[in-house]
Amino acid sequence: MQITIKLNGKQVTADVAPDMNLLNFVRSQGCYSVKCGCETSNCGLCTLWMDGKPVLSCSILAARADGHEIVTMEGCQEEAAEFGAFLADQGAEQCGFCSPGFIMNVLALFREYEDPTEEEIKEYLAGNLCRCSGYEGQLRAIRAYMAYKKGGESK
Amino acid sequence: MKYVNQPVRKKDAMSLVTGKPVYTDDLAPKDCLVVKVLRSPYAHAIIEEIQTDIAKKLPGIACVLTYEDVPQKRFTMAGQTYPEPSPYDRLILDKRVRFVGDAVAIVAGEDEKAVEKAMKVIKVKYQVLEPVLDFRTAKDNPILVHPEENWKALCPVGADNKRNLCACGLEEHGDVDKVIAESDVVVENTYHTKAVQQTMMETFRTYTTMDTYGRLNVISSTQVPFHVRRILSNALDIPKSKIRVVKPRIGGGFGAKQTVVAEVYPAIVTLKTGRPAKIIYTREESLTASTPRHEMEVKVRIGATKDGHIRGIEVKTLSNTGAYGEHGPTTVGLSGHKSIPLYSKAEAFRFQYDVVYTNRMSAGAYRGYGATQGIFAVESAINELAVKLGMDPVALREMNLTREGDVMHGYYGETAGSCHLDRCLERTADMIGWKEKYPRRVMPDGKIRSVGIAMAMQGSGISNVDTGAVSIKINDDGFYSLSIGASDMGTGCDTILAQMAADCLDCSVDEIIVHGVDTDISPYDSGSYASSTTYVTGMATVKACQTLVDKMKAYGAEKLGCDAKDVEFDGEKVYCLKDEKRSISRKDLGNEAMCAAHNALYATEAFSSPISPPPFMAGAVEIEVDPETGSVEVLDYAAVVDCGTVVNPNLAKVQVEGGLVQGIGMALFEEITYDEKGYVAENSLMQYKIPTRLDMGRLRVEFDSSYEQTGPFGAKSIGEIVINTPAPAIAHAVYNATGLRFTELPITPEKVAMGLIKE
Amino acid sequence: MFTIRAYAKVSSLEEAYELNQKKMNTIIGGGLWLRMGKKNIQTAIDLSGLGLDEIKEEEDAFMIGAMATLRQLETHPGIDAYTGGAVKESLRHIVGVQMRNCATVGGSIYGRFGFSDPLCCLLGLDCEVELYRAGRIPLAEFAKMKKDNDILVQVILKKTDRKAVYLSQRNSATDFPVVSCVVSKGEKGNYAVIGARPCLPVIVEDCEDLLERGEEGWNAFAQKVQQEVAFADNTRASGAYRRHVAGVLVKRGAKALWGGADECR
Repeated sequence: MQITIKLNGKQVTADVAPDMNLLNFVRSQGCYSVKCGCETSNCGLCTLWMDGKPVLSCSILAARADGHEIVTMEGCQEEAAEFGAFLADQGAEQCGFCSPGFIMNVLALFREYEDPTEEEIKEYLAGNLCRCSGYEGQLRAIRAYMAYKKGGESK
Repeated sequence: MKYVNQPVRKKDAMSLVTGKPVYTDDLAPKDCLVVKVLRSPYAHAIIEEIQTDIAKKLPGIACVLTYEDVPQKRFTMAGQTYPEPSPYDRLILDKRVRFVGDAVAIVAGEDEKAVEKAMKVIKVKYQVLEPVLDFRTAKDNPILVHPEENWKALCPVGADNKRNLCACGLEEHGDVDKVIAESDVVVENTYHTKAVQQTMMETFRTYTTMDTYGRLNVISSTQVPFHVRRILSNALDIPKSKIRVVKPRIGGGFGAKQTVVAEVYPAIVTLKTGRPAKIIYTREESLTASTPRHEMEVKVRIGATKDGHIRGIEVKTLSNTGAYGEHGPTTVGLSGHKSIPLYSKAEAFRFQYDVVYTNRMSAGAYRGYGATQGIFAVESAINELAVKLGMDPVALREMNLTREGDVMHGYYGETAGSCHLDRCLERTADMIGWKEKYPRRVMPDGKIRSVGIAMAMQGSGISNVDTGAVSIKINDDGFYSLSIGASDMGTGCDTILAQMAADCLDCSVDEIIVHGVDTDISPYDSGSYASSTTYVTGMATVKACQTLVDKMKAYGAEKLGCDAKDVEFDGEKVYCLKDEKRSISRKDLGNEAMCAAHNALYATEAFSSPISPPPFMAGAVEIEVDPETGSVEVLDYAAVVDCGTVVNPNLAKVQVEGGLVQGIGMALFEEITYDEKGYVAENSLMQYKIPTRLDMGRLRVEFDSSYEQTGPFGAKSIGEIVINTPAPAIAHAVYNATGLRFTELPITPEKVAMGLIKE
Repeated sequence: MFTIRAYAKVSSLEEAYELNQKKMNTIIGGGLWLRMGKKNIQTAIDLSGLGLDEIKEEEDAFMIGAMATLRQLETHPGIDAYTGGAVKESLRHIVGVQMRNCATVGGSIYGRFGFSDPLCCLLGLDCEVELYRAGRIPLAEFAKMKKDNDILVQVILKKTDRKAVYLSQRNSATDFPVVSCVVSKGEKGNYAVIGARPCLPVIVEDCEDLLERGEEGWNAFAQKVQQEVAFADNTRASGAYRRHVAGVLVKRGAKALWGGADECR
């Protein structure tokens, strides 16, 4: 079946199998930042934005995304690098395999909450598993990023 | 020192955080055959007949392989130095299947759908056999897991396949029975730790191609590229010279990828078909047909004087290696070697062990590697001893712990050359507020807050075995290339080795490029495991840099027309000591070495250590127990680690935090359970729960560094020790809160609540 | 792995209903459970073009479209205020925000899963479901019905005097509940809902008005729940523990509702 998706700002029309998931579709379109860590919608590695909301691309059929707007990390490189630098400065990216999904959700968090509390941060990101970092370094990165953003605004 | 002990950003960090395609599946050719493994539904069976004709004829199927199509020489998948202590007990595909999930057939096709279809039409007739599932009954059981005649153990590890024994052994010092008999106070208990999964986010995966020279190229997510080469050579029965292994970025390992779990399958497909092939393990395969921690039952007996001096320690371990012996003979050793020597003042010890085969998923290497299991047992026993003696558990430890200069009889008689365990313990107790909080406080809402504590040690590489070699060269314009054979698996060794090199060469860390592992090019390294990279490969880096500096000085002296003795290198230039104006810059040296040169400015050095200096640490936890529901919430975890000099404080800290959270998961809810037919219940991340950021409380990590004379810049290791304290510390805190002593993990809310009801 | 041969993004409920009468065809809600199965589907029926993804607040009810996501339900300010946080509490533990942005209310309710937090929670409020053919029926009735080929169109959360508290016990923060529990207070009667037993949630009515009688009454009602509800073992917990915890949660819920203004939700 044919679908048309606005992928990272570009209209993409493709012929897909009705049972292809969005994860495999975006990877087939060269968006390799999107990873798969489980088959049961539990890990958050495949997070991307559909119409601006963070979703699990493994759990959505490509067909369902027909007519919608999809953004992967390939489509928000500057933002990713801006926050990613804070993660890197904690050494908390470690193996990096969960980083794209995590960062996509962090950026989504800041679109929903202007100044989230620690509890809100933890709860919003609870669906992003990471086995390397123990999460504490990720939290330090988020705090540092928030401080930087606040500082920037006051200037 | 400009870079060592600095929080340098990882060299690959920005690629990783911006999602660049650097992992195995991102790099695999698009026309790769998809490889999948048909797996046994029985824990123990003989394949009587296997029909593949229909499957082979399906569209899109390139090959279907069964036990009739594979070499009949047994091998081990354990990534260890040859001759491997793990027995040669495997075939790529065997007529006998030994656990639910064991490989029955390999199917390769153009896409996943075609392969899945083909797997459905393969007809297998099994002769179902009774399995051995309980490791307590495995030894000398009439049912044998490995009755085959061509099973063999390369090393004298006490293995006997006719007794279901993968290894056994006994070590002692002094007369432990006598010492314990004379002791005023004796504690004795049995502890049980179950198998748990490494659960790295990137599952096992490999792709293989044939190259221009007709050689098998293997691109694999592995911690042990050089061992992969040997193991594939063994498994496929082809010369090692026909195999090249490349490691891209790895999405985590934690020991799982120290076993060659997936590589054989695409490799044999590529050999048979000549086509590129890849296997991506599903999470289900990664949780059911992989290489989890060894289940162990550890019996501990400790004797002490009534004023608290520990006199004798006995540890008896029974380890379950599952269907195959990967890492079986070696993990068990650490259950004694990394627990008993925490208290080296004891006069006597005995450490005895059996490792048995069962019809469960094969166990393997997981961070801590047996130490985790042994330390849970011994540290729990020490906490029991404190109760029996009526002593504060911190004071009891202070009195008995290993201090710098002590001889550790339980650790091959090595001397603790660098040891701040005493300071780690003291600081940890301070951080958690031990004096105020021990043992517990009842909160106004009825919940109970309590604290618990434990200590740990590990090693730094395998003494007299692990080998790290490093090459470094200077290039035109004077930048350096560092080639290593150690596998960066996200831990950052590419960066920390470059930090060391930068300090040795007095240059910026950005002037050193690092080349990851390619067995065709990289110098040999046994791999990234056994907490070896910083210590072993780090020393090789220091040596290689020294040699390169000597060569650069000699070359510079020649160019300057003075004696090599009379020049110095300051990082930027080689200059003549007698006339400092006479100098040649590093840039010119690099360039001139590429024009009419007869000496390469290139150095390779190897390092292996006769000792394995232990890092030490203490960890303390504060928890809140809900006595009605039994929930245990971790509020705060304080840890102080002595890993020698901290090469990169950021990366070391994250190692500690990551290890602590894995340990918290193991203590509270991670578990693999089998039903009576040998099926694993926790076959997905929906069932096998690892900690989320809502499950770990607050972590506070500090370092108290001793200086290890034999290590690079005084460094030891950090990677594994960090997982060892949570289980005993949390069990201790639960005891302090509830009076319930848990000797089996995990400590679930149900066990706590029902335990309290029983009381 | 599951397979789909054809995909139909329907333009009317009637079209969806017609398609859904064939056994090999299936409606896709969020698609989360479907993808984990091994079903071979002829035609996947996609309702996402029917505007069922809205939550509308009316004077006497919230009309929750079947295709609204769990996250929409969780963050709806009107529902949060009306239910005193109970609905939010029942949803926030489910895996993660991204997952709740995919899972639909319809999928969660239609599935009638024993472990379902939202099903358990909504049973504690005055809810009805609207089915395309069968029309409106009480949620409690729907929960007991066998799955058929009708289509769940929306869930109606009626604004009555009912107050409910949602509580759950889990082995880890975002895991399935070991026991879920609602204690519900209203003029038409007080009751508890116990879910994740691990079977379907059941309602235990407080016919004797025990819950109105302070701590002793709460304890007595908790005991009644423990006696009347069947609990069973699964990998997460034993039936015995579930029974124990259900009692604890019921007491805590009762205390929150009747124990004083501070804790009342």
